[in-house]
Amino acid sequence: MSDQLTPAAPEAAKPDADTGGKPRLRLTGQMIIQEIVEGGPVVITILAVFLALVISALLIVFSDPNVIHAWGDFFSAPGNAISMTWHSIATAYSALFEGSIFSPATIGAAFHGGSIAAIFYPLSLTAFEATPLILTGLSVAIAFRAGLFNIGASGQFVGGACVAAWIGFAVHLPVVIHIVACVLGALVGGAILGWIVGELKARTGAHEVIITIMLNYVMYNLLNFLLSSTNFLQQPGQSNQIAPPIQQNATFPHVGGPPPQANVGFLVALAAVAGVAWLLSRSTIGFQFRTVGANPRAARSAGMSVERSWALVMLISGGLAGLAASTIIQGGGPPPPLNPNTYGTYGFDGITVALLGRARPVGVLLAGLLFGALQAGGTVMQAATTPQVPVDIVEVIQGLIVLFVAAPPLIRAIFRLRAARGAGLEAVAKGWNG
Amino acid sequence: MTTLVTPIRQPLTLNRDSLAAGFFVLLGAIDIVVFGVFAHAGHATFQLSLSGSGIQIPNVKVPAALVCYVVGGLSVVIGFWRGIAEPSPRLKRYAIGAVITFFLAALLCWADAGNETAVNLISLIQQSFTASIPLVFGALAGCMCERSGVINIAIEGQLLVGAFTGAIMASAIGSLWIGLISSSIAAGLLGLLLAVFAITFLVDQIILGVVLNVLALGLTGFLYDRLMVPNANLNAGNSFSAVKVPLLGHIPIIGPIFFDSTIFLYIAYVLIIVIQIGLFSTRWGLRVRAVGEHPTAADTLGLRVLWIRYRNVVLGGMVAGIGGAFLTIGSVGFFNKGISSGFGFIALAAMIFGRWTPLGSVAAALLFGVADSLAIVLSSLNVPIPSNFLLMTPYLATIVAVVGIVGKVRAPAADGKPYVKA
Repeated sequence: MSDQLTPAAPEAAKPDADTGGKPRLRLTGQMIIQEIVEGGPVVITILAVFLALVISALLIVFSDPNVIHAWGDFFSAPGNAISMTWHSIATAYSALFEGSIFSPATIGAAFHGGSIAAIFYPLSLTAFEATPLILTGLSVAIAFRAGLFNIGASGQFVGGACVAAWIGFAVHLPVVIHIVACVLGALVGGAILGWIVGELKARTGAHEVIITIMLNYVMYNLLNFLLSSTNFLQQPGQSNQIAPPIQQNATFPHVGGPPPQANVGFLVALAAVAGVAWLLSRSTIGFQFRTVGANPRAARSAGMSVERSWALVMLISGGLAGLAASTIIQGGGPPPPLNPNTYGTYGFDGITVALLGRARPVGVLLAGLLFGALQAGGTVMQAATTPQVPVDIVEVIQGLIVLFVAAPPLIRAIFRLRAARGAGLEAVAKGWNG
Repeated sequence: MTTLVTPIRQPLTLNRDSLAAGFFVLLGAIDIVVFGVFAHAGHATFQLSLSGSGIQIPNVKVPAALVCYVVGGLSVVIGFWRGIAEPSPRLKRYAIGAVITFFLAALLCWADAGNETAVNLISLIQQSFTASIPLVFGALAGCMCERSGVINIAIEGQLLVGAFTGAIMASAIGSLWIGLISSSIAAGLLGLLLAVFAITFLVDQIILGVVLNVLALGLTGFLYDRLMVPNANLNAGNSFSAVKVPLLGHIPIIGPIFFDSTIFLYIAYVLIIVIQIGLFSTRWGLRVRAVGEHPTAADTLGLRVLWIRYRNVVLGGMVAGIGGAFLTIGSVGFFNKGISSGFGFIALAAMIFGRWTPLGSVAAALLFGVADSLAIVLSSLNVPIPSNFLLMTPYLATIVAVVGIVGKVRAPAADGKPYVKA
């Protein structure tokens, strides 16, 4: 990943590449310093995360009535005000960490006859939450690489979810085949929606952002319609808009433990990361995607079909969003069977994941894990704090991180870093007219 | 740049005029064949005054099938006229309006034919107006931003922030007007954030809009759970009540539709007029449009491009904030997580559908509002059209508009492109 994220690295390493191991090591150290001083992408990302956590901490503090009260008595008890502030932040963020990565208490418990699996429980939660985020993130990222902005992952997610849920509850198949059928159905459902967007863009030049936003709402209404009739997806005997639970045969086997822990869906996501990485860096199609994304005119001069690439990349992008839906539908809970809320925020979270991951597959994996960790830890944090720190803070943190990552000059100005050469988010800056 | 979007494969090069004509004829045919032929025998009844209002107008009974045939025939005639004659743009717009109105009339006649309950047209139109108010403000905000060359996808977030601030300030201070003003300021601040990152830090504006929406959703959701849920008095649910305009409000039919609503409808009237005239008939508007179409030329002539963009984006945010305030202190009173529920994106659709003009956006917003209130009326009449399909139409219509089947829409030339002085 590092060679993709640090443009300066290969050039710096070249001159000394044949002089043996030691100078190379020295250079690596130099590269790290250079990266820090110049505020390269990795450093920018770390600083962005830090800054987002600081701002969110302020938000947590200033909305805590106890802390506000303590500051009101600042002159009579200054120590109390500061310790209350610290306590408020520390409880929230340590719960966030313990809920998502590792809780020291579980080690002690393991020595005293507790389960060893409990040590890995938070990580398993994180993997579970990260699974759909990685997949929708990949969906947005691959379209990015071809110069398209897929805001429609939400709609494609719904498309995949409808097909997966229907195959899951209405069709009877043997165990492994049923799982595969559901996954493929979700893939196809999402891919069709994505392809529609790509094809419309290719044939008419209409802006994909507008089409995808509109299709999101079309799909949302379609989902509502399908869920309000037992002829389609509604569970018989239900007045709520909810689909029947899928059969046991179609549910993913566990990997980490019973839900809400990681299941086979996480492995699907990892496989998708590997697949997209291979596609983008090793295949002809991927080369065409990247060329079209970098410069459509050059791609056309080189004899590539820009339109075919658009249609194809949206097909794949939609398929990945559909796959994300299958990991939710077949995950065996905790989200209930398909309902209007399944629509969720997965699609839009995918955009933030793709942006933070700089549209690189491995970057998306890491960003997805980070946001998954925030989500998993956020739920634990909400339960562990009084007054509650609502899990919505996670969305604020995500938004802030991406906002800062998108504006490296701001981060450099705040932390007094020198400008790097060619660093920053490779945004596809273009207007509605292309 | 245009070569990038001009595709090689272009089978949809049919003449725009003949397509529009064909579309009109198709709608007319639906009026006749679907609504006319399948209407139940009997009359459709329309109520023309609100129950309990001073002057009662007797209900109007019309033969349903006949009306469908007549308006369908008229639509077909207009379609052929549109295809043969070459009408002026103004007449074209009237033609679209007429055909759509006929279509709605036929739909209502078909739905109510032989039904005992009357359709209250006045309340239907009133509801459509109410449904379109947030869209109107959002779309006007979009026009303000995008005409100066900054894409605003964050309308949704601005509505949400406006809605939240309106509710919390009105409850905390106890004055609805302070709530309204602070919503406008809060959404203006979100606009400022958009401006800083888009204009100064040159961040891609579509990405930025999406991120700001996430941020607004998270922030309002967080503060709702953190502040409003434990203290119910911060979400007291006060709202503006309807103000009947003296004299005008008492005119039958017109009064209840146009002059008997909350202050938001009247603010919308003012803003629609001010922004339409401002953008297209004043020096200010000329400058804004110049900056949005060709910033380099505008800069050469001595206009302060970045300043004009900053000003417009912030003002746009403030307009959206009023629309957001309507969602809480203008209607239900209470704030709820995600109360904007996509209005910002429909407003964006309305702005695109209305071709980046205030009046066009308002017309589109009204149409979307009608779709919304029709969905309610039709479901109360037990019509076999699922309301979700009606609710889908605004989005499908916008796709049709951008794809270019019925006349292609075009954004301001420099929309979304950051300006860097050479």
